[in-house]
Amino acid sequence: MHPAATIDTNRFGAEAINLKNAQVQKLVMILLGIMATVLVIPVVMIVITLIQRGGPAISWAFLTTFPSNGMTAGGIFPALLGTVWLVAISLLASVPLGVAAAIYLSEYAPQDHWLTRVINLATINLAGVPSIVHALFGLGAFVAFFHLGTSILAASLTLAVMTLPVVIVASWESLQSVPQAFREACWNMGATRWQTIWHVVLPNALTGILTGIILQVSRAAGETAPIMFTGAAFFLPHLPSGVMDQTMALALHLFTISTQVPGVPDEIPFGVALVLFGIVLVVNTFSIWLRMYLRSKKKW
Amino acid sequence: MASQLSSQTDNASAGDLRNQDWYLDKFFQSIMFLCGISAILFVLGIFIFVFKEGSGFIIHQLDWAEFFLSPKWRPTSATQATYGTFAMVAGTAAVTVISMAIALPFSFGAAIFIAEFARGKTREWLKVIIEMLAAIPSVVWGFIGLMIMNPLIIDTFDVPIGLNVLNSGIILGLMAAPIITSIAEDAFKAVPDTYREAAEALGATKWQVVYKVILPAAKNGLLSAALLGIGRAFGETMAVLMASGHALTVPTSVFDSIRALTATIAAELGETPVGSDHYQALFAIGIFLFSITFVINMTADFIVRGIKNQ
Repeated sequence: MHPAATIDTNRFGAEAINLKNAQVQKLVMILLGIMATVLVIPVVMIVITLIQRGGPAISWAFLTTFPSNGMTAGGIFPALLGTVWLVAISLLASVPLGVAAAIYLSEYAPQDHWLTRVINLATINLAGVPSIVHALFGLGAFVAFFHLGTSILAASLTLAVMTLPVVIVASWESLQSVPQAFREACWNMGATRWQTIWHVVLPNALTGILTGIILQVSRAAGETAPIMFTGAAFFLPHLPSGVMDQTMALALHLFTISTQVPGVPDEIPFGVALVLFGIVLVVNTFSIWLRMYLRSKKKW
Repeated sequence: MASQLSSQTDNASAGDLRNQDWYLDKFFQSIMFLCGISAILFVLGIFIFVFKEGSGFIIHQLDWAEFFLSPKWRPTSATQATYGTFAMVAGTAAVTVISMAIALPFSFGAAIFIAEFARGKTREWLKVIIEMLAAIPSVVWGFIGLMIMNPLIIDTFDVPIGLNVLNSGIILGLMAAPIITSIAEDAFKAVPDTYREAAEALGATKWQVVYKVILPAAKNGLLSAALLGIGRAFGETMAVLMASGHALTVPTSVFDSIRALTATIAAELGETPVGSDHYQALFAIGIFLFSITFVINMTADFIVRGIKNQ
């Protein structure tokens, strides 16, 4: 056979090299898809396992009664309430500070100035500090130096310092997404910088900031190390009466009953893990929904 | 550009318009500035307070060679307390290496898939679910290591204990994966579309574009993603405390139990008298951890900045 004849039949079809490339492309795409799926599988399996093994423990009584029998039975009410306390107070501290810091960075700070650069670096580093080092800081600063003792206030402030960088970054992104033209229009009307921020920039960025803050709820609720030595207790027979008392917390409670207390039936720690993950999941889903809703409503 | 514009108008009008609004504006500017520098104050504060608690030990007691080279951590020994962190450093390093061996390929693979191949609903769902992975609290991860991975590893590999380097490595890998994925995805997104269009116009397939054009262009971003992932795995506390077995050994295989630096602080700090040598030695470990994550974060940022300056 003449070699030209075979080439001729393929003149308008795909050449061998293109066919091979197309096959490689298909193979790679499947491989990458599998890699992405591998990250999805654990989430699904964890959700299913927690529901299967922790589900039976969940009841109204489980959520509203004290642990009993040396924490081998009973409910999680004080831990649940403690987590609400800690998250609420930490947000009360970190949100105003973080949003204000973001306003400074986004609206006032001169670009390419060394101080702006240092603030950005500090924010990045604050986000990267290991949680146990935050615990050491909380112990040294809030518990000892400011004489707050091991209390809800000390633990909440430690959590607040930890969540601060994320509040700053989320708020900053949201403020940056407000078009510059909005500000310029307002300045042209003779408004001061603060009037512009208060009446134009903040209202337009508010929902985005809110989305970032909601995510902080789940992060603060799940943290254990920073509150271990600053205000959360393994077990307390009564509810805290104020912010200077210690409290139980859901995350620490899960650690305690799964590692420190012998003879706890499996379903209780699984139940606690399910409640903790459930809170985080609900909060996150709400935040994601809010984000998608906002994207669809965007005016610019 | 915008800020220059406004400062000019400020200067022009400042002379005749110093009314209540003007003072209010200056007042809020000062407040925002004070809050703005709070991040710097807290980073300094962390360093100062952690150093303050550990300084007595570091200055008067610390034997640097023992601290870094001896595997013997016997802080409670009445006669001869030794403070060697070598076994913990080795344990932390082993877990971090395993976690990255798991997290890096899958995260980069997932990031390429999300950024370059997946479309529409698939992409949205993948992103949402990987975000969920990041939301699982570390204590829940530790609990999963303890209750699910532990028996699984014992059965699969026929080893006596499943709380080891492998277990905590897998857990930490999964914890670090979402962060690495999202930063890597950002790095791919930062590659200009003109690069893709130019390559495709030459007849390259999608994969050829990714392999020959996008990966080289995004390599700094990927490096910084990897570094931040390492920082995350290195500093993780509760998960590694619960899933590593907390045994003071220098690991020789992935089935050895280890004790991490972070976990040691978490496990022992509650039981040490405030101000004792042991207490201060734990703060010294804290300073060590803080310094390493500081260097990792600065390096990652430096690399990313390198891209922007190009």
